[in-house]
Formats: sequence, C-alpha cells, structure tokens
Amino acid sequence: MDEITSVYIQESREQLAEMESCLLGLEQNPDDPDNINAIFRAAHTIKGGAGVIECHFIEAFTHRVENVLDALRNGALTVTPTLTTLLLGCCDHMVSLIEVLAAGEAGPAGELQAQGEVLSAQVQGFLDGMAGGEPAAASELTVADREPAVEVENAGGIVLNDSWHVSVRFGENVMRGGMDPLSFIYYLASLGEILNIATITDAIPVAAEMDPESCYLGFEIQLQTRSSKADIERVFDFVRDECELRILPPNSRLSEYLKHIQELPEDSMRLGEILVRCGALTQAELELGLSQQKLALGDDGTSAPPLGEILVDHKVVNPEVVEAAVVKQAQVSDKKAREARLVRVQADKLDQLIDLVGELVIAGASANLLAQKSRQTDLVEATSVLSRLVENIRDAALQLRMVQIGDTFNRFQRVVRDVSKELGKEIELHISGAETELDKTVVEKIGDPLMHLVRNSLDHGIEPTALRLERGKPACGRVSLNAYHDSGSIVIEVADDGGGLNKEKIAAKAVERGLIQPGEILSEHEVVNLIFEPGFSTVDKVSNLSGRGVGMDVVRRNIQALRGTVDVASVDGQGATFTIRLPLTLAIIDGFLVGVNKAAYVIPLDTVVECIELKNLQSDRNFMNLRGEALPFIRLRELFEIPGNVPSRESIVVVQFAGQRAGIVVDQLMGEFQTVIKPLGAMFRHLRGIGGSTILGSGDVALILDVAALVQSVTQSELQRFSERGQSAPAMLSNNPFSQH
Amino acid sequence: MSAQPPLVVSLPLTIYHALDLKQQLLDALAVTDELELNLSQVAEMDAAGLQLLVLLKKEAQRAGKRVRIVAHSQAVSSLIDFCNMAAEFGDPLVIPAHEAG
Repeated sequence: MDEITSVYIQESREQLAEMESCLLGLEQNPDDPDNINAIFRAAHTIKGGAGVIECHFIEAFTHRVENVLDALRNGALTVTPTLTTLLLGCCDHMVSLIEVLAAGEAGPAGELQAQGEVLSAQVQGFLDGMAGGEPAAASELTVADREPAVEVENAGGIVLNDSWHVSVRFGENVMRGGMDPLSFIYYLASLGEILNIATITDAIPVAAEMDPESCYLGFEIQLQTRSSKADIERVFDFVRDECELRILPPNSRLSEYLKHIQELPEDSMRLGEILVRCGALTQAELELGLSQQKLALGDDGTSAPPLGEILVDHKVVNPEVVEAAVVKQAQVSDKKAREARLVRVQADKLDQLIDLVGELVIAGASANLLAQKSRQTDLVEATSVLSRLVENIRDAALQLRMVQIGDTFNRFQRVVRDVSKELGKEIELHISGAETELDKTVVEKIGDPLMHLVRNSLDHGIEPTALRLERGKPACGRVSLNAYHDSGSIVIEVADDGGGLNKEKIAAKAVERGLIQPGEILSEHEVVNLIFEPGFSTVDKVSNLSGRGVGMDVVRRNIQALRGTVDVASVDGQGATFTIRLPLTLAIIDGFLVGVNKAAYVIPLDTVVECIELKNLQSDRNFMNLRGEALPFIRLRELFEIPGNVPSRESIVVVQFAGQRAGIVVDQLMGEFQTVIKPLGAMFRHLRGIGGSTILGSGDVALILDVAALVQSVTQSELQRFSERGQSAPAMLSNNPFSQH
Repeated sequence: MSAQPPLVVSLPLTIYHALDLKQQLLDALAVTDELELNLSQVAEMDAAGLQLLVLLKKEAQRAGKRVRIVAHSQAVSSLIDFCNMAAEFGDPLVIPAHEAG
C-alpha cells in the first residue's frame, strides 16, 4: 500500500472516531451547531481524501452521508433519534469501508455492498422527505426560491444561492502537456457536488484552423461544496498558468456575476444565458444587471466603466458574510497549528528508545556503584547527578507511551447506546477518571475485557425498567466507568446500579458444576467471584450480548496476561462493581532492594508501605500485631528455601496490594533501586511469586517479587490455617482468594 | 446520398488519435449530407474527443449537413452526460434527470 493511502486510512479512522463521538453528543444537544459542523467536517475530510486516493466506493457513500449532514447544518432537517441511529449506522459502514480499503480490496464484498445500499436508500429517504427541497436538487429553481444556506438576510444585490460558481477556460496547450481538462473537472466534482455544468465550445475554430491537439474548451460550473476558495483553486494547480480561472463564492454580489460575464471572451448575452442555465443567476437578476449596464453605457458614451464599479455603490457588503469568513479562516489556521504540534512516531521506534533507556539505567547503576567504591567525592557527586538525569529521562520516555484512558472509555458511549436500545432499557454511561494515564500497550489490550464487562452489566446488571420502578429506583439505569491510580497500578472500575449478582443462583450453579462442594461455606465475596471460573453462566436465557458462559473466565485470563487482576463486589439490589487492577507500565519500575542471605530481591517501590523491625514475636504463627491490626507475613527465606542462618535482626517490609497488607520478612534492607524488568524465560513461567528479573549495577541478577501473588498466597495460607482450626476467617483476610496468579 | 452506412469509429476518441480522427471524421462528412456515427466501439473518450465531435457538428451546421450519433458506448455517453452536452448534440441518448425535468 502506498504511503498516502495508509496515511489516509489512519486519518480516516481518527475522523470516524471523532464523528462517532460527535454523533453521540448530537443526541444530547441536537441544536449545537459546533457539533454538527464537526460531524460534517469529519465526513467531508474523509470524502475529500477518498477522492485524492481515488477510492470511489468510499467517496460515493460518504457523499450521500454528507448531503444529509449538510441539510442538518442548514436546518432543513432536524435531529431525530431515527436520524442519529441512521447516521451512526453510516458511520459504522464507513469504518467497514475503510477496513476494506486497508485490506487492499478493490471494493466492498456483497454483504457490505448490500448494507451500503440499504443505508444509502434510507439516507435518500430522509432527503426526499425534507420540506423545501433537497440541496442536491439540480434545478434552476434552487437559486431564488429557497432560504439561503448561510444566515444572510435577503440583502440587496446578493445572489441567493449557496454554491460556488467556477468558471474555467483551458489554454491551448493543456492537452499537449499531457493533461485531460476533464480530469480536473472530475476532481473538482470530488470536492462537493456539481449542481450544473455548461461546456463552452465557442472557442473551437473552423475545421481548417482547428488543431485537434489544442484545447478550446471552457466550463461554467455550479459547485456545491464546503471547501474553501483555496481548495478549489488547488484543483487547477497543474494548469494554473495555462487556464483562466474565476471563482465566485456562494452568495456573491450580482455585480460580481456581471463583472464575470463581462470579462469573459464569449458574448455576454450568451454567457448570461449559460449562467442562468447553470443556476447561478435567475433571469430577473440577469436582466436587472444587464439593463443597468446599458444605462451606464448610455451615460458615458463609448467607454463604459466596469459594471461592477457602478453596482458596488448600490450594495453593501454584508457584515455577517465577512464575519463568517474570518471565523472559518481562524478555524483552519487553528487546525493547522494543532497538527503541527503533533508528531507521528512508529511504535517500535518508541520501544527501541525505552529499551535503550533501560540499558542506560543499568549502566548508570553500575557507574554509581563503582563511584561509591572508589570513595572519590567528586566522582560520587558526578554520578549522582547523572543518575538523577537518567531517572528523569526514564520517566519522560515512559511518559511518551502513556495515553489517557478516556478514548477507550468514550468508545463505550456507543456500546451503551446501542445495547440499551436493543434491550429496550434506558441506560446512561457515566465516565470518570478519563484523564488517568496508562501504557499504550495496556490500553490496547484492555479494550476487549472491558467491552465484555460493560456488556455484561448492561445485559444482566441493569434490571428492566418496570422492575427498577418497582424497586424504587430511577427508570434510567446507570453504568459507570472509573479509573484511578493506586500504588503503582491503575484501577479500572465497571459499576452498575442494577440488581447485583444473585448469590444463591451462583452457589447452586457452582455446586452443579462441581466447583464447590454442597454445604461448603463460602463468604459472599468468594461466591460472587466464582463467576470468573471457566464455563460459568447463570443466565437461563442466552442473549446475543453475553451469557454464553464463555465470558468471565476469558476476561480474567486476558487481564492476568497483563499482570493484572479482576474482582467483583456485589450488593443485593444496589448493583455490582467489577474492579480491574493493572500494572502501570510493563518496562521499568522503581524498586526497593532487599537481601536474604547473599541473594538480592526487588520489591516494586510503589507497593511498599513501610519497613519495621521484626522482634518480640510471641508465637510461631506468621502473623503479627501492627498497631492493633493483624498483619500476616511471609518469610522469604522459607518461601524460597534459602540456606544459611537467620541473622539476629530481621526486617519486615510491609507491602500493600489491592487494599490488603502483608509483610515480607528479609535479612537486610538495601534501599531504592531503579529496575528494568527483564521477563523470565518460558521455563520459569509457572513460578509463583516472581514477576521478573533485573540486573544490578554489580552485574548480579536480582529477582523481582510479584507482590500481588505473594500477598494473596500469604492471606490465603493464613486463611487455611484458620479454617483448619475451625474458626471463621476474619473478613479482612478473605478478601480475594480466588483471583490469584 | 443519405444511404451511407453509419461510420463506425473504433479508435478511442482521445488526444492520441485526435489527428487521425479529425481527418477521418471530416473526410466522412465531406462525402455525405447526413453523416451517422456509430460510437459503440469507442472504449475511451477525453476532452480532445469531445472537441472533435463538437467541431464535426459545427462544420456540418455550416455546410447545412447533419451529423447524428446513432450509437454510444458507455464511455461516450457518460462523458457527454457529465459535460451536459447531450442537448447540444441533440441525439437520442439516455437523458439525464435534470434535463428531463
């Protein structure tokens, strides 16, 4: 695929995303002209681009959509739910068409084609049903008897029509230069719609003098387009020197038309007729202009002043027209400035940079270590400045990959809208924390699991309207998406205010599936989290949205693949909340270095809460009293079966994950350390408690602890001990034993 | 002399053949009062071709003769339609909607 096409595809996808979000906004604010303009601009840009790359199937379809949007802008159509649905459908279809183009196919396949035709027919239906005629109607009548497109009162001297008049006479040598004059006209047509065209052949001489390779043609064109004058001129760039081009903007003053008629080589009566035929002027306007011209001729004798000059005195330039032009220009330059601030960079170049920064971090740590060993104060100082800079570079490099989650969230507006329509429920989506940033790779992969959770909430979470009213809730259901940062992870919540999960049903199903034993006592939390087990669905009726029982376990697997966890909490009658926790980034972390015997381990610094000394332990239980709270802990020495004597003083690093705290007992604390995560090889994939490895400044390898897994295994093993002793587990510990790594 | 069979143009009506075509068409017009053109074989047509047809029409008018296009290929009819020249040629052609009204 050539570069221009791939750029077009990329840009169109962005335009379509914007168009979709604007369309959704249209339902809330049907009268917001900025919004309608934004939609129109998006469609128009896509169409224009399609013309440039000669992708006619996209161009043709988008053109029809644009007609409707134009009618919306002019106020000839009003926004109705049916219309928005249709436009959203068109937007989807355009996405599909772009994909067809991206796949390198020549045109849409049968089914897609049929879909496009259905949509086109519906679009046409809207246009036909419009009061006052459609803008595309190419008839002479369109000029005078219709309301003007731009808000201009019928001020004297302004020819009321909303289309450009383009007049072109091609020079003799155009065709010899290898250019077909008609191809420019075809291209011009792609800017908008040619309402009417007249081919001027008057310049063709008699046969003997006529050189068939010279060009004698001219065209008078009524063009309806939203392009600027510069855009129209650009069409003729290649022949600018060899053609006479005149462009009259919409609502030009009558005098300008007359001036135009006068300046052209052809007979002015004939030209006048042509303009009338084109729909540029009405007969009455033409006659008025020509009679005034004659009058002027009579007054001045032979040398007639340009007609335009006479007429200028009679007319005033409409201030609104000027204002509109200024606003338009400001918009264009704004957009250009915004584009200039952005640079597109290949994702793998960015990855390469991050890799290099990772190496830099390691090398910096090594230099730091050597400097400290050398005990040269100057050197230590120099390296510490260096390492601070490296740290900044690291943060800045990682920041490059960070994107806001808002775009991902906004996609769900559409899902919620469509699904709620389909289900006949009234549901609104509430988004918060859209500005929360996370790594691009994570964002890309979180879309599918989120989609499933949202659909699940829509389908099963929110009750039917009647039931909601019965329960004393507002008729309109609410699904909310929220994101925030929490100790080195990002938390994404999908919450609904529906009926909550049916615990009895889940428990019964779990027994039926053999997931739990009958009579087994589980906490509420454990019960609801059973839905993440494979093959679990409590819905009796399978809908086409969710409930096929292949969902939640896949969701959990996908999230676990990102080193994240998912968890559900449910309150009967008030709704359920799914909580996804993901690591912020996949590459570099701030670590806390600890030692056991001679080995070094890294604990992600974000999870460390505090460090305390381990002493005065009364029992053999892995459990201590920390300021009145029970703190379970784990001894790394025991966990990894490290030989050697326990030193007289051990320390506990208190870590926190997903709201649970646990202690990790180590021999020594070695301080902060920037860590580049190197993934473990496939051989070690099944290791529990280790998240990766890293290289220390000294060249030694240190293992990175997977705090999430450790915390869970600690709480779980304590829980089991309690259960064995027949005690009920403290609520704090039973928090989340089922979603482990 | 109107019993002449229609002149079948098989060359593309484009700039590349414009010189040959001009001669061919004018020669054909010279020997008859009523020239019939069969353009159904014309695979391509550009502005040069359009000019030639217009020229032929004008020449015929000047000499009091008639030129009729009796058959169009897709390329010809769509170009004539695009340029809004159907009325000018006055030949039976698929009439564009805005002319019909």
